Amino acid sequence: MMPLRRFAMHQPKSVAEASQMLAEFGEKGRLYAGGTELLLAMKHDLLRYEHLIDVKTIPGLNKIELKNGTLNIGGAATHRAIEHSPAVKENLPVLAQMENNVANVRVRASGTLGGNLCFAEPHSDPAALLLALGAKAHLQAKSVRRTVTIDKLITGSYETSLGADELLEGIEIPLAGKSQRAAYVKFQLKERPTLGLALVLDVDGDNIKKAKAVVGSVSPMPTESDKANGLLTGSRAQVEKQLLDAAGALAQAADPVDDLEGGADYKRHLIGVFLKRAFIKALA
Amino acid sequence: MNLQFVLNGKPWRVECEAQETLAEVLRNTLNLNGTKVSCEVQVCGACTVLVDGAPVSACTYLAYEARGKNVTTIEGLEKPDGTLDPLQQAFIDEFAFQCGFCTPGMIMSAKALLDENPAPTRAEIIHYMDGNICRCTGYVPIVAAIQRAAQAMGKETKK
Ligand SMILES: Cc1cc2nc3c(=O)[nH]c(=O)nc-3n(C[C@H](O)[C@H](O)[C@H](O)COP(=O)(O)OP(=O)(O)OC[C@H]3O[C@@H](n4cnc5c(N)ncnc54)[C@H](O)[C@@H]3O)c2cc1C
Ligand code: FES
Ligand code: FES
Repeated sequence: MMPLRRFAMHQPKSVAEASQMLAEFGEKGRLYAGGTELLLAMKHDLLRYEHLIDVKTIPGLNKIELKNGTLNIGGAATHRAIEHSPAVKENLPVLAQMENNVANVRVRASGTLGGNLCFAEPHSDPAALLLALGAKAHLQAKSVRRTVTIDKLITGSYETSLGADELLEGIEIPLAGKSQRAAYVKFQLKERPTLGLALVLDVDGDNIKKAKAVVGSVSPMPTESDKANGLLTGSRAQVEKQLLDAAGALAQAADPVDDLEGGADYKRHLIGVFLKRAFIKALA
Repeated sequence: MNLQFVLNGKPWRVECEAQETLAEVLRNTLNLNGTKVSCEVQVCGACTVLVDGAPVSACTYLAYEARGKNVTTIEGLEKPDGTLDPLQQAFIDEFAFQCGFCTPGMIMSAKALLDENPAPTRAEIIHYMDGNICRCTGYVPIVAAIQRAAQAMGKETKK
């Protein structure tokens, strides 16, 4: 078996204490949640830490609750907990359905939403959907709190704006009313998605008043395009005619890259196919 | 680290280190070799065990995480009188293994599935078992075995 190098496990009792530990251990320490990313990288000796700080021992960091018209999900909530949460299934079924398709059942049982976003592996399903839903991330270092949008949290491939002693406390997702239609569709052949497409529409009868399309996994960060979003608003019949142009604008903004999950040209093609599928699914 | 947990219904106390995986503790310390290790990166499912009913990859899941919890491995399925679990029996009846290396993981995942959803559709079985890889039997008999076990267990509970 591929053994892990020796490390010590620490059990903070609050976000402030975890932040203090991060400051104290510096480059020798790292936050640890489900370990589904971190331990793999450590097994392969790509990362080395002497101290792991278990965020799961912080009470309440895994809570999922409704508060003033928003859905709040703690950084340590697992994919599985989100997938099975009655609050999520009732109020934001698109999120439960996305989570039910992340990785495999074992990774979902251990892996957390916070770990997914903070590792910033480019092939992330939650990052794309949360950006489309207008979610915010609550960050905390010692006693200082700040709130950022997802595009300000994830800044590149494996890069975030998190400070050295900062934690992701949780995600807040606004719950739009009955006029919201949302869909998340993805294409995946291997362990990680080749493409994920999130579409969130605000409809009034046959009219699409607002649209937000985000494509993820095809390039370092999930991307949206004002031009594509513009082409996705108007009467349903008109938008249907503009779908390919919208996909073109989205592909241009995303600027797909070649990687193990597929070539850039292929991904550009997939954006067209999956935008159409998302559109049909959202309005079904 | 002194680790206490319940393993296949019995309380255990073992010494282990923070970096040891549950698979290492099960196989090396406790000599329970039913849990297999193959890819070691959360992909194949050969190492699947249940922790408080949820399936995890013992190859990467730290033993530390099992503290105070209930762990079930393939060794914990047969009854004390030697009767096989309906899933084990169904895998035999449907010829759902060839080399058998994926089988403990397949059966543990399937057990988690049937505990959550006692009458899954074929599509639900395929989706749930997506993360368990078999390289020689083929999946048709594996899905058939899970369907057969679900039926057998359904009859048991109705009795
Ligand atoms: C086989 C496999 C398949 C996968 N398939 C998919 C897929 O289809 N779609 C998808 O989106 N993802 C996929 N993933 C990624 C998966 O979602 C992540 O591995 C998981 O969510 C990471 O969470 P974790 O708790 O295990 O993080 P960890 O590995 O514990 O941590 C990851 C990183 O996040 C940091 N971190 C953790 N919690 C916090 C916090 N609260 N605040 C700040 N930093 C924190 C850690 O320091 C570390 O750097 C896959 C992973 C595997 C192994
Ligand atoms: S050995 Fe654990 S998932 Fe493959
Ligand atoms: S029976 Fe040989 S890998 Fe599945």
